[in-house]
Amino acid sequence: MSATGKSGKAAAETAHRGSLLALYRTMALIREVELALSRLFANGEVPGFIHLSLGQEAIAAGVASALAPQDSLATTHRGHGHVLARGIDVDGFFKEIMGRAGGLCKGRGGSMHVADLSLGILGANGIVGAGIPIAMGSAIAHATRKTGGVAVAFFGDGAMAEGVLHETLNMAALWKLPLLLVCENNGWSEFSPTSRQFAAKLEALAGAFGIAYAKVDGNDAPAVSDAAREAAAELRAGRGPFVLECITHRVRGHYEGDPQKYRDADELQALESKDPLARMRGTLGKAGVPDADVQRIDDEIRARVESAIEVARADELPVFADAVGDVYTATGAEARQ
Amino acid sequence: MSAQEIRYVQAVAQALRDSLEADERVMVLGEDIAAAGGSFKATRGLLEAFGPERVRDTPISEASIVSATVGAALTGMRPVVEIMFMDFVTLAMDALVNQAAKARFMFGGQGSVPMVLRTPHGGGLSAGPQHSQCLEAWLAHVPGLKVVCPSTPQDAYSLLRAAIDDPDPVVVVEHKALYGQKGPVESTVGRIGEARIVRPGRDLTLVSYGATVAICAQAAEALATEGVEAEVIDLRSIQPWDRETVLASLARTHRAVVVHEAVTAFGVGAEIAACLSDEGFDDLDAPVLRVGAPFMPVPFASSLEEGYAVNVEAVLAAARKTLN
Repeated sequence: MSATGKSGKAAAETAHRGSLLALYRTMALIREVELALSRLFANGEVPGFIHLSLGQEAIAAGVASALAPQDSLATTHRGHGHVLARGIDVDGFFKEIMGRAGGLCKGRGGSMHVADLSLGILGANGIVGAGIPIAMGSAIAHATRKTGGVAVAFFGDGAMAEGVLHETLNMAALWKLPLLLVCENNGWSEFSPTSRQFAAKLEALAGAFGIAYAKVDGNDAPAVSDAAREAAAELRAGRGPFVLECITHRVRGHYEGDPQKYRDADELQALESKDPLARMRGTLGKAGVPDADVQRIDDEIRARVESAIEVARADELPVFADAVGDVYTATGAEARQ
Repeated sequence: MSAQEIRYVQAVAQALRDSLEADERVMVLGEDIAAAGGSFKATRGLLEAFGPERVRDTPISEASIVSATVGAALTGMRPVVEIMFMDFVTLAMDALVNQAAKARFMFGGQGSVPMVLRTPHGGGLSAGPQHSQCLEAWLAHVPGLKVVCPSTPQDAYSLLRAAIDDPDPVVVVEHKALYGQKGPVESTVGRIGEARIVRPGRDLTLVSYGATVAICAQAAEALATEGVEAEVIDLRSIQPWDRETVLASLARTHRAVVVHEAVTAFGVGAEIAACLSDEGFDDLDAPVLRVGAPFMPVPFASSLEEGYAVNVEAVLAAARKTLN
């Protein structure tokens, strides 16, 4: 083998380790944020209710790794991971969820409505399935404006029973839209097993509309990333839409504080062995990434999240008068009441 | 230059055409709006002029096509969706109420949702209980939505242009029984929230919108023969509605009747009557009365629909009651 070949191989390995580390960094951020939110919620520092994505970090990281700046996404009530993976400002994120004036949405939306339009994040959503046709509309805009972008609709298996999914599959197929439909199938539709909620299989549903479909182990971040990249390439080549079903597990309850009496002890105990972060650390080790590098990322992220929490705690509470004036755009002819 | 006489439905089509020409972000979508030119022909000729990407026929999927306008609007478009009959907005309520109306507010004012939903309401065509309803009060009740209701070809043009230019979601409620009405139309963009005094008068104010504006004008003619001068106000916009114009009229006439085709109970008239009774209390010489439909579904048979509909006699009866 020539010297160039050797150095080429070494460069490829370095790049591979770099992409694995980037996935790990995103997953570790989501994990750290969700665990911190769990503590803050228990302390009473997070108002309302929250839905954590613990155990589903690999999907957010993997799909986000396939996206380009012009792309857009709509997510769900369990959407913290998706927006963090897309690169949302962590300070603004904590401020929002803790109901502060400097929050990304000025404390108006909270956990279920985190958005950053500058990153193409069209919002988390409090209505199951509602983000799916919104993402389709975004895909129509990408196609019409020739942005080269794709739109991603994240949804859970619970949304498979919503009519808008079926309507969207039909239209996306009719119009060959650049729409990536990412199902995070964690087996639970709120408090009910999906087997009791949905009679079909997503693969068959996609097939009925002639839509490309792939299934991936949603706890294997590199596998999700590869699948999402392949799907995105199809979409950018005008061969959309695409359904990517990611099989995963919901570690916590439907909402934080849910006692989960409807789940049996065996299922909950088995979750630890499926932890996507532990798997990712194993993958990094096999790829030759030193433990110290991983530890450094963990330390950086812990410090970043701790700092964001302190910044959020110190931020002011939003003022009612500012909120009430922002229902309509001020145009001079805005609503008077 | 004198304004051209065209039909209400042609004014709608002209407003869409002019908006599509003026702004490349504008697109029109809906069921049978492109190749077929629309159930009421309000989109006739647009597909040929602007092509299938900007003038898009959709499947019969009201929930998702209206939701899609939210996503498209947040991604740089100005979509105008047609819902064939106002009764069908029931299928798109999540899109309107939870998504379009709230996105600006709940995202902290990061952006807005410049979408328009056009839809015809109203009876008089024996279209039956699911094709005749006036549901504008539902939408006017939702913070974040604007609702306009043009009663003339000119307003059908001007208010639709204004709605498409508006940065916030606007529901344009047309009236299918008015589609054939002819009138002069100039290419002017209206202002949402401004009422129009159709006929000035000193003795009584008749406040209305949509098809019942003409009924109020007829009632005012009849009252004039008795020496009573009724002022007729066409609200044009329901959310926001022009309190200043209506309160100023009340200050002159001291009596008011609110008239609409929709069911009276919990309706637009109730909101206006409550506001006049509160802010206009010192000006009132009689209680504010309401004329609207009885609390029942719109019936089918002509004889039944005739009994259901607001007519000149009902407006005259209310006017005389408030004058006595």
